[in-house]
Amino acid sequence: MLDRSTIGAKSTPFDADVEKGRLRLFAKAIGETNPVYFDENAARQAGHRSLLMPPTFLFCLEMEHPDPYLWFRELNIPLAHALHGEQAFHYHRAGYAGDVMTFAAEIVDIYAKKGGALEFAVQDVFITNQHGEAVADFRRTVVVRNP
Amino acid sequence: MHLPDYAAIELDDEIPLLEMPPLTRQILAIYCGASGDHNPIHVDIDFARESGLDDVIAHGMLIMAYMGRALTNWVPQGAIRSFDTRFQAMTRIGDAITVRGRIAEKFDDAGTPCVRVELTATDQRGDVKTAGGAVIAFA
Repeated sequence: MLDRSTIGAKSTPFDADVEKGRLRLFAKAIGETNPVYFDENAARQAGHRSLLMPPTFLFCLEMEHPDPYLWFRELNIPLAHALHGEQAFHYHRAGYAGDVMTFAAEIVDIYAKKGGALEFAVQDVFITNQHGEAVADFRRTVVVRNP
Repeated sequence: MHLPDYAAIELDDEIPLLEMPPLTRQILAIYCGASGDHNPIHVDIDFARESGLDDVIAHGMLIMAYMGRALTNWVPQGAIRSFDTRFQAMTRIGDAITVRGRIAEKFDDAGTPCVRVELTATDQRGDVKTAGGAVIAFA
């Protein structure tokens, strides 16, 4: 059983750099063909100040947490039986290579379905840039398949 | 990349398809490193089998990234207000993902014309892997 007393628990915020090389590798991994995501000249010609951070990348950058599965252990989520159930982003402004993002997370819900065979943990993550401006928020729902 | 003409968009219009080649172990390995998600269930067949699966499975966020590509092939990224998905089925080695988007709603949000696009990512059998949507602002 996941520990419902963790609802409302906030993580210690941490910073992560948006690196050009990482964005280029990400573009390669997803088969990106639009050069604003991997060619700095193309990005600048399109009016961007550097490589544009793609829509789902903040989820990845959040994995830069020094211990990305710490919250799994805090909630007793077994990695082998955990699946990503849902993911939602709300965007406030663009992010670019060279930015430094600050991530702050909070557990917002824990619930069960199918008599406890499936449990759900919901985490909200708030992302701000080096100027303290809101960049995006995301909500991640993890599903635990209990044997 | 410019926004399409809002007036010309009709309900049930489809955004351009995104068709991806079959998933390989190499793609998952590159995505593992690029995404920073080192969960072994995506790249380590021994761990996957110990977890009760036959083989490794793709990162759900790789499939969501494909959905994001379908959006940014259609509109500038800055027009995307929100983007969500539910991961409905596991994606396996050899699956070829196609992303489709359909205009589900046109609405006005405090003077800003918006559309809601419904998105699906299906495999070569037509099985839905992820389904979701996005709100696009035509400001």
